[in-house]
Amino acid sequence: MLSYTLRRISSLIPVLLGMAFIVFFMIRAIPGDPAQLILGQQATKSSIEALNKELGLDRPWHTQFLEYLGGIFQGDLGMSLKTKTPISEEIWPYLAATIELSVVAMIIAIIIGVNAGIISAWFQNSWFDYTAMVLALIGVSMPIFWLGLMEQYIVSLQWDLLPTTGRDNIRDPVEAITHLYLIDTLLNGRVDQFIEVIRHLILPGIALGTIPMAIIARMTRSSMLEVMRSDYIRTARAKGMKMFWVVYKHSLKNAMIPVVTVIGLQTGLLLGGAILTETIFGWPGIGTYIYEAISYRDYPVIQSGILVIATIFVLINLVVDLLYAAIDPRIKYK
Amino acid sequence: MKKSLWLILACVLALSLAVSGCSNSSSSTGKEKDSDGSSAGKGEDSDYVLIYGRGGDSDSLDPAMTTEGESYNVTDSIYETLVQFGKDNTEVEAGLAEKWDISPDATKFTFHLREGVKFHDGTDFNAEAVVKNFQRWSQSKDEAKFAYYPSMFGGFEGDESHVIKEVKAVDEKTVEFTLNRPQAPFLKNLAMSPFAIASPTAFEKGEDSLAKNPVGTGPFKFVSWKPNDIIDLERNEDYWQEGLPKLAGVKFKVIKDNSARLNALIKGELDIIDGLNPSDMGKVEADKNLALYERPSLNTGYLGFNVEKEPFNKKEVRQAISHLVNKEEIIKNFFEGTAQPATNPIPPSVSGYNDAIQDREYDVEKAKELLKKAGLEKGFKMDLWAMPIARPYMPNGQKVAEALQASFKEANIDVNIVTFEWGTYLDKLRAGEASVFMVGWNGDNGDADNFLYTLLDKDTIGSNNYSRYANEEVHKLLIEAQSIADENKRNELYKKAQEIIFDDAPWVPLVHSTPMLAGSSKVQDFVPHPTGSQSFIDVSVSK
Repeated sequence: MLSYTLRRISSLIPVLLGMAFIVFFMIRAIPGDPAQLILGQQATKSSIEALNKELGLDRPWHTQFLEYLGGIFQGDLGMSLKTKTPISEEIWPYLAATIELSVVAMIIAIIIGVNAGIISAWFQNSWFDYTAMVLALIGVSMPIFWLGLMEQYIVSLQWDLLPTTGRDNIRDPVEAITHLYLIDTLLNGRVDQFIEVIRHLILPGIALGTIPMAIIARMTRSSMLEVMRSDYIRTARAKGMKMFWVVYKHSLKNAMIPVVTVIGLQTGLLLGGAILTETIFGWPGIGTYIYEAISYRDYPVIQSGILVIATIFVLINLVVDLLYAAIDPRIKYK
Repeated sequence: MKKSLWLILACVLALSLAVSGCSNSSSSTGKEKDSDGSSAGKGEDSDYVLIYGRGGDSDSLDPAMTTEGESYNVTDSIYETLVQFGKDNTEVEAGLAEKWDISPDATKFTFHLREGVKFHDGTDFNAEAVVKNFQRWSQSKDEAKFAYYPSMFGGFEGDESHVIKEVKAVDEKTVEFTLNRPQAPFLKNLAMSPFAIASPTAFEKGEDSLAKNPVGTGPFKFVSWKPNDIIDLERNEDYWQEGLPKLAGVKFKVIKDNSARLNALIKGELDIIDGLNPSDMGKVEADKNLALYERPSLNTGYLGFNVEKEPFNKKEVRQAISHLVNKEEIIKNFFEGTAQPATNPIPPSVSGYNDAIQDREYDVEKAKELLKKAGLEKGFKMDLWAMPIARPYMPNGQKVAEALQASFKEANIDVNIVTFEWGTYLDKLRAGEASVFMVGWNGDNGDADNFLYTLLDKDTIGSNNYSRYANEEVHKLLIEAQSIADENKRNELYKKAQEIIFDDAPWVPLVHSTPMLAGSSKVQDFVPHPTGSQSFIDVSVSK
């Protein structure tokens, strides 16, 4: 197990190197000059040249790439062209905001998605099954943009239940320590703020969680249906075991392997894919950070931001692989 | 089987009720807090912190080192300039300088500074501080850092074209500017946000230190900045103007999506928002808790011709195309009415605007006649460059291009719409690659020179004169206007220049757009400034 984990981690290096290489050259293939975009329409030719020189963008590509790689191996993600701040310093608050949102979205997605899938499989072809699967189909194809605005309009404006945007009450901001506000508010001993942060998380959490929720529900249902037709389930029921335990204990464990895979993939996708939700809900997350960087051609931020997300994505998948063994002891890694 | 389904559903229902119970109780505590927050504002508005919602973050809080409007939106409340613009116009008023004298030949400006002004860090504001600020910009010789200084003052110290010869502290409260040659918009330039006076103690710590820790003399002090989220300013208790500012603070909150920003305003989470969708204007007007604001236009969106390229080197062709543009329709369909048709390159709010010129009306027959004169009655094919991104003066370049394509067709002109990524687009325009293109300009200092000379003088071919328009007579008028201090005489010259430009038609001026803002009706005295940014110094909130 340990040697497997180590091997998996070391195999990350070529993957991430390849990522870095592709991203580095792809963003430079996009037309557009960072200096021009930083200085704006009013800029003169000589000021653009001066800035390019200062930023080191006038040097050959391979020199820039090698320097970038060298930096990464020393834990230096580079410096933002726009803010002139080291990326390793400024990326964490954005990442924390997105992680917090993604975790909440995934919790919502998993709790509702897995249960809806189980019940649908259990009572296959019942009205619940049909309703849930139609809803899941709608959920998969839901335009997040529209959903987010509708949530704001109905839940915030019409029902006056939850705030529309932001991570906290602007008039009573959370004092950041870890930048994960759920933790920070508790560290500060502010239960009122903790509740406020949860209230701010619900709407964007639902918006972001809807698609994974629907995918998880469909995956759980089909996986459960397969397992529930197997012999050992019939045996369990023949023994007179309560149906609830048959479903939630015996079937679920074996049905979980594909579901966990989907959950892992979806979690990774959420990190980079939260941009729409972030835009609608005024959420200062990593998607916004990279998106802004793209429109500014802030090369180092795009490179390092994508690299960080890719690393997390790969790590989540590693964890998923290791989880297989925990769920199903028949799976062994050597 | 059925029974257990009901059991599970009952559990789910109970659970969801418990959850919504939770959220209900928490929402009521939240509401109490909300009303707590605003009860601070009740009765005595002086405790109110105004929250301004906008679509993008600032990139630097050092106004001299940025060219970005979202930065000035914040720095205008932190810093002040020697002279300043009027509340809703670009006339020059006293700022940090109480009054000033101009020598008869307009090359010597003596500013008498205000007494008792201090920077937020306790440093005294005096003549020495002003000198140090100007030295910082003029001696940097770094166009990449201080982009506005050379473009408004003709270069850096030592450059032949540099306007400012010397800035001298005569005594503690008197500063004397000696110019190499008269520069008519000099005072207006000094009033621009980038030339705000910062604390020398602060910038002497390091060139980039102001960008994240701004220190000025303004009504609000910097507190904190969460990038892409919120910038927090608080009242400067030692502000030199008695009784100001009226607010306890201002916060600038980024919400990218225009509709979501409006939702937050309606909910009461924000007090003022910019970037209102024109289609939401009706919603704001119908809500008695909200007020609508219009920012006076200081921009021009236009269709430019490269006058060096066939067949647009012929005046008749350019005039013909002018007759094929239905500006009213464009404004109705793509600006939702929030713009006015443009006749001249400069917007009407700019002093020197020639309102005697009658615009070419939309008239296909006239266009055909003119084309016939040019020998092109059979029509021709052309590329039309459409802007790839939204700008205040052109919210949807692609759609407007399609509308133009349809109306040009009536005179047998076949239009092929072309576009490039914005940075590339501007590069190519500068290089003169386009023959007909859509673009526009946001005025910097509200001076006619900033439009006519910057965009249409032969000196600026290769930079902002994308039309490559070179008219000797216009050039003479513009250069003469630059060196006259008398406003009326200058205006005469600009009016003359506009007539010639109108006849030559290097552009079809399309629109001057008026961006819309919305706010809570409790907000008092908020006046959007034509330059695009304003201070919150005398804004207040009732109840």
